[in-house]
Amino acid sequence: MYVNLLVSASIVGGLGLLFGVGLSVASKKFAVKVDERVAKVRDALPGANCGACGLTGCDAFAECLVKGECSINGCPVGGEELVNNLSQILGVKAEATVAMTARVMCSGTHQLCKQKFDYSGIEDCLAAAKLYGGPAACTYGCVGMGNCVRACPFDAIVMIDGLARIVESKCKACEKCVGACPKNIIKMVSKCSEYTVTCKSLDKGAVVRKNCNVGCIGCRKCSKVCPVNAITFNGTLAQIDPEKCINCGECMKACPTNAIKRFKCE
Amino acid sequence: MREIIIIVLSAVLVENFVLTKFLGICPFIGVSKKINTALGMGGAVIFVMTFAAAITKIVYDLLLEPRGLDYLSTICFILVIASLVQFVEIVLKKMVPPLYKALGIYLPLITTNCAVLGAALLGIERNYSFGVTVLFGLGAGLGFTLALVLFAGVREKLEDSDIPESLKGFSISLIAAALVSVAFFGFQGLF
Repeated sequence: MYVNLLVSASIVGGLGLLFGVGLSVASKKFAVKVDERVAKVRDALPGANCGACGLTGCDAFAECLVKGECSINGCPVGGEELVNNLSQILGVKAEATVAMTARVMCSGTHQLCKQKFDYSGIEDCLAAAKLYGGPAACTYGCVGMGNCVRACPFDAIVMIDGLARIVESKCKACEKCVGACPKNIIKMVSKCSEYTVTCKSLDKGAVVRKNCNVGCIGCRKCSKVCPVNAITFNGTLAQIDPEKCINCGECMKACPTNAIKRFKCE
Repeated sequence: MREIIIIVLSAVLVENFVLTKFLGICPFIGVSKKINTALGMGGAVIFVMTFAAAITKIVYDLLLEPRGLDYLSTICFILVIASLVQFVEIVLKKMVPPLYKALGIYLPLITTNCAVLGAALLGIERNYSFGVTVLFGLGAGLGFTLALVLFAGVREKLEDSDIPESLKGFSISLIAAALVSVAFFGFQGLF
């Protein structure tokens, strides 16, 4: 009986050994040369496979970098440290990068922005937004069902009282949330453009005031106090030009509805 | 001779592994989006099936049957198929990188393609001689390729057709697959 066991085990084991040796010989013979820099670059990349570089993942980006077809600034996740590492590996000069972050252009929490109705459908911004423009009285603002929170691969978005907020220290600027928001209220900005009009409402001032306590009503007080004329208006909505803005903060002090917010630059 | 032709032809048409035995459905649905990749996949499967049938026959006749170890055939055959697939993968990666990329995950998945194991096991079960077993494996592979390429053609046509929103994608593919399968049942009375 033990002989039987031994025979069957040795047959299966022997076959496995035979094939294993055969395969290892074949893999030596048919080895494909891989540029060793690809592996090095791949190790240096963050490995989140978020696709913010526009390619399918970190592997594809590493290959593209080594071929010289992609810029070493292409990965927004790694930041300056990554660019320095890559320039060392690839011998390419690093260009200055501007740290970007996503920012929610709305301040309408449940407390501050009126609700039209109680929404009890599925937990999805797009679904909620399709129903009379969403439960919030303002049809431009945050729906608050958390599509962006689910889209964020870095846990950088939190929902506070029905409003998405981005933890900018965690944001890697992969732009996933920008695409996830059905209201298009998440914008990519430089981390150091500190003052932002957190409102997207194009409604007339009176309508905005009726619906929301923190909306931009187009009173133009901010543009009057701005020392560098960085504030322009799209109808009744103020916009701060980040190129001109000197982060002085006068507009925030002047804003009667607190629609201009400061995001501290680290 | 006549008998051999009948065995091969019936493996291709009458007993088509995909469309009448419903083996290997995963790659049938997965790799049938384009005729080119379907042809590549078919080629890989033909290679693996033919050689798997040959090697499993040798293993069975020389090692397993004389010692009454029939019960080991499944595990040994899987071993053979897995190694063959690895071998094909290594060769393709070197020789035809575009095809290697196009096949993607479905190439290693030939390992678990039940059509390959089915061809090997059926050949043994029917007591074919060595030569006939090899031809049976080849026929099964050809049948798989035929089904895959035919269906890829259908799916390429589907791409351009006006399909109701609710049926787009896999639903219409499954319906089309059913119709192709029904068509193959027409070969049932051939021999």
